[in-house]
Amino acid sequence: MTTHFDIAPGRRPGAFSRLAGWWGPRPLAQVAVIVAVIALFYGLGSTIAASMARIGISPGFDFLWRSANFEIGEQAISFKAGDTYARAMLVGVLNTLKVALLGCVLATVLGVFLGVAGLSGNLLLAGIVRWYIEIVRNTPLLLQLFFWISVAKALPAPRQALTLFDAVFLSGRGIYVPGPVVEGASVSTWLGLAAVVTAFVGSLVVSARRSQLGLKRALLVIPGAFIAAALVFRLGGASVQFEVPRLAGFNIRGGWSLSPEFAALLTGLTVKFSASIAEIVRAGIESVKQGQWEAARALGLHEGQIMRLVVLPQALRVITPLTTSNYLDLTKDSSLAVAIGYPDLVSVVNTTANTTGQAFEALIIMIAVYLALNLVLSALMNIYNNRVALRGGGPA
Amino acid sequence: MSVIEAETQFGAGPGTVRPPLRARLADGLFGTKLNTAITIVTTAFLVWTVPSLLRWALIDATWSGTSADCAARAGACWAFIGTKLRFIFFAFYPPDLHWRPLFVILLLLALVTASVLPRFWNRGLLIAWFGAIGGSWLLMSGWPGGRIVPSNQWGGLPVTLLVWTVCFAVAMPLAVLLALARRSKMGGLRTLAIGYIELMRGTPMVAILYVAMLIVPMALPEGITLDKTFRAMIMIALFWAAYLAEVVRGGLQTIPPGQYEAATALGLGYWRSMQLVILPQALRVVIPGIVNLAIGFLLATSLLAVIGIFDLLNAAKASATDPKWLGFYDEAYLLVAAIYFTFCFVGSRYSRRLERRLSGRPQHGRG
Repeated sequence: MTTHFDIAPGRRPGAFSRLAGWWGPRPLAQVAVIVAVIALFYGLGSTIAASMARIGISPGFDFLWRSANFEIGEQAISFKAGDTYARAMLVGVLNTLKVALLGCVLATVLGVFLGVAGLSGNLLLAGIVRWYIEIVRNTPLLLQLFFWISVAKALPAPRQALTLFDAVFLSGRGIYVPGPVVEGASVSTWLGLAAVVTAFVGSLVVSARRSQLGLKRALLVIPGAFIAAALVFRLGGASVQFEVPRLAGFNIRGGWSLSPEFAALLTGLTVKFSASIAEIVRAGIESVKQGQWEAARALGLHEGQIMRLVVLPQALRVITPLTTSNYLDLTKDSSLAVAIGYPDLVSVVNTTANTTGQAFEALIIMIAVYLALNLVLSALMNIYNNRVALRGGGPA
Repeated sequence: MSVIEAETQFGAGPGTVRPPLRARLADGLFGTKLNTAITIVTTAFLVWTVPSLLRWALIDATWSGTSADCAARAGACWAFIGTKLRFIFFAFYPPDLHWRPLFVILLLLALVTASVLPRFWNRGLLIAWFGAIGGSWLLMSGWPGGRIVPSNQWGGLPVTLLVWTVCFAVAMPLAVLLALARRSKMGGLRTLAIGYIELMRGTPMVAILYVAMLIVPMALPEGITLDKTFRAMIMIALFWAAYLAEVVRGGLQTIPPGQYEAATALGLGYWRSMQLVILPQALRVVIPGIVNLAIGFLLATSLLAVIGIFDLLNAAKASATDPKWLGFYDEAYLLVAAIYFTFCFVGSRYSRRLERRLSGRPQHGRG
């Protein structure tokens, strides 16, 4: 214990010289630049404060606890006019998260499918995929969103809605799909559900760590998790029903309904990013040398096994870091929601800035939230990347 | 043995004889059972979609007349595009002065075309760009002598092109400075550059545009006002600089340390060695990356619509809100999509060709 700090002086540079080494040459010039930057920001800040004083707005984040007198069209947690601005912002953040998460999942599914389809060797399919990718990549996302929202709004009224097997309805009021609907769930029920999900994910992670995660085990765990979730709902007095939407009177009821704005935004993000993910998947699979396929074939593996055991693990090393930046871009680009009327964070911040005048604070919150989202997402993907990356040194 | 290996290795490369078209088609469409199935399903999908699209776009379309004629038919209303073409291209610019934005479009397009041909890569082009941007600005606003048109009346394609070129021109030198700062040995400057680049890259462009809309006017001293387009351009240039800086940094990282040492050995100072030795090589490596980024930036200019600037996309959107021609959004969007697609598709093809060309030639020995 006592030898802990026993480093001979002079062996290792002291804290000061290390700092000086990091700081590097021309220390005074650097200080001058930094002072100039601080002065610039101070100048801008004081001008902003003066402008706010002139309009009669007191700076600070107190407005967050005042009541917001606007409605929000879509809410993951309940919100009504009169609730605080802080709660309105939270609703906006949750709406952003909802569309970004779903967009990442759907874009990945579609992108992987398109990437593999482009490599299928079928000239017709590969040609269609090629043109899909070129058209999607070379037109602005905002234009695509305008197109999707005009399509969504032009769908017929509920009574004449387009329908697929009488289960999925496309109407100008929204899109209706079958899904489980929960009624009468209390906070404790949701907490119980969160515990079940945590235990489920935890057990998956643990068995994956011990590399015991086979297909059979995973298939056993999933029904177990469903039974546990159902039990939680029953004990909590809530009911879960899998509902198929039906036409009732002038409207469609039951199941999950997506507003036209949400559907348009989700479609636009999915389409746009599926194209870039398809390109990444294609490049990733092509990066695995042909010799690997031949060697695996010589070992007697069939094509599916080669893909799963030999090609994909290597392709993922190329695919993962590139997809990460795609997920980050998708999350950022979900901010275009404001242009088609989906109430995401940007839209709520914009309304807040207009109704309170605290534009500066509202925008700072918005930028901070996006930076935090970016950090969390890239940290998560880095953990995953470390798992698929080549492990250097020693036999892996 | 090694000859055969070499043969199979480069079998697919250019110069080898490819099998005849008929054989490639037969193999590519009906080679295996799975392939045949895919072909049949895909053909069915095409038969289901393409004829109805063609009927909408061509057979049932209305080519001339009024919106009543269009309403009478089921197809596309190209008559709308014919009537609104001027508005989509020039938005609210006074109609009798449309020759000015038209001239600006042609000038900028000519310069973009010249810029992609390596033959013109010299100091003259740089000067021409600065002259063209300044001249366009003066021409659009009507100075000297002409009728003054304030920039909040500008719109359409010239605004898209002007914002794109001006912001790119401002962002590029900033990006080089940021990249050099991020690679420098000076910890304080490096930290500043990293902070700036990460802050900008983590923020959506919409947020940057809102800063331009709401914060910049407050940050200007009392009595000074800048109009919306100009404020947006300042913030966009600052924003793009962060993205360009990362590309430039990638180029700087490919320069071997020997080049720095050689420049120092020649007695060149930091700035001289950067200007004469390092940057020419680094920028040359990243030209394809810069072209790709420039294409992305062109697509991103459409976000100006979010803060109510009438760029090409917003002008197209607004054209369908005319009470006389209400709701022909699809036709307007198709036109704009075709314009963006043409620019970006040609640009990305060019970038790929350039990449091959630059990688095919030896890096050193300009002899």
